[in-house]
Amino acid sequence: MGGAGRAEKFAVRVAGTGEQFACGEDEFVLDAMMRARSGPVRHGCCGGGCGVCKMKVERGSVFAAKRMSRAHVSEEEQREGIVLLCCVQPRGDLLLSPARHRTRENA
Amino acid sequence: MALNKTLRPGLIQLRVLDLDKTLSFYKDILGLNEVGRTADGRVMLKGYDEFDHHSVTLRLADSAGFDSAAFKVDSHETLEQIRSAAQAFGYAVDEVPPNTDQPGFGKRYGFKLCTGHRLEVYCDVEPARQRPMIKNPDLWGDEPPRGMRVQRLDHFLLFGPGISEAERFCTEVLGMFVPEICNTPDGKRLATWITSSNKPHDLAFVEYPEPGKIHHIGFFLQDWNDVGAAADLIGKNRLKLDIGPTRHAITRGMTIYFWEPSGNRIETYAGGYTAYPDNPQRVWDTDSLGRGLFYYSGELIDSFLQIVT
Ligand code: FES
Ligand SMILES: [Fe+2]
Repeated sequence: MGGAGRAEKFAVRVAGTGEQFACGEDEFVLDAMMRARSGPVRHGCCGGGCGVCKMKVERGSVFAAKRMSRAHVSEEEQREGIVLLCCVQPRGDLLLSPARHRTRENA
Repeated sequence: MALNKTLRPGLIQLRVLDLDKTLSFYKDILGLNEVGRTADGRVMLKGYDEFDHHSVTLRLADSAGFDSAAFKVDSHETLEQIRSAAQAFGYAVDEVPPNTDQPGFGKRYGFKLCTGHRLEVYCDVEPARQRPMIKNPDLWGDEPPRGMRVQRLDHFLLFGPGISEAERFCTEVLGMFVPEICNTPDGKRLATWITSSNKPHDLAFVEYPEPGKIHHIGFFLQDWNDVGAAADLIGKNRLKLDIGPTRHAITRGMTIYFWEPSGNRIETYAGGYTAYPDNPQRVWDTDSLGRGLFYYSGELIDSFLQIVT
């Protein structure tokens, strides 16, 4: 496996699918999901800009190491646990569920 | 001599989520030169082989994507003609005074297309400080090209609703022509490649329900060797690759697509056929689009179709 080996690994599950994969605490959840070929998102810009990796964190906590586009995650959604998986790293085991996609008119 | 009075896309402004990281990509990896900063902190950049003040502006914002693009035209007369033609077309035209939000640029006229994109035209722009040599010129000046060695801004692909109207605006108002199109089985425009020069495209549109989106910004590379060298840098710098190196049958360009750190898709592009306005238009059916876009595999990929900013 890649990574320093010192970083802790957490279990990420996708609600209603039985799918599960491991994600290091220094790793973006989307990278781990794509590597495991598990979960609903199989591609993305990986920069927080396109919104295709939008999901809800039902259980567990994440750290947003990159800025998420407000066109895809509003402040209110963010308070409800909605994230862009390419921007966040796990801080514990996670349970994810789908989030509704919307785009704000660009300002 | 340009083929048309509209010369080329000379400027694009993009929104980025992380200015430092994204700027370092555009400078150190893509190889653009930093021209300076605006009073409100936007960054101006240009390719080493471009003569004008700057061609790319990055704006720190809370979303990624397209702010506006501007076309350079050949004269004040053309500028005024385009203004009245745009009004006659039914679009509101606004005027941006010289040397305001885009330092170095003369007066610009702007209009919002039905696709949700702001396009502008201008004819005056100050020369850049770093310019290609013109007297017994070397291939480049004192500083060799960096990184992927992109020469200049080439084109951009916009996604939005009502692209046949946008196409008509580009031909009727901006005097451009359309070397290549793709239609749906029921004859509606799905994609259009539009140019004002010998390049196969200066801009392109794909029909899409959400307005104002951008699929990619294309920068010009010297040749296929530089496409390969750019791919090496994508690997080395752990950039997220979309597809390539591959070949387009559409435009015939040699290409790679990948994402910059704020999630805007970048294309590094070389080649392309020579477009002439009197040549017949090339027409693609939707079911041949895979081969049109990715000539070697002939297969469309979801990420290319679904991801925009
Ligand atoms: S993959 Fe584009 S925002 Fe996450
Ligand atoms: Fe392109």
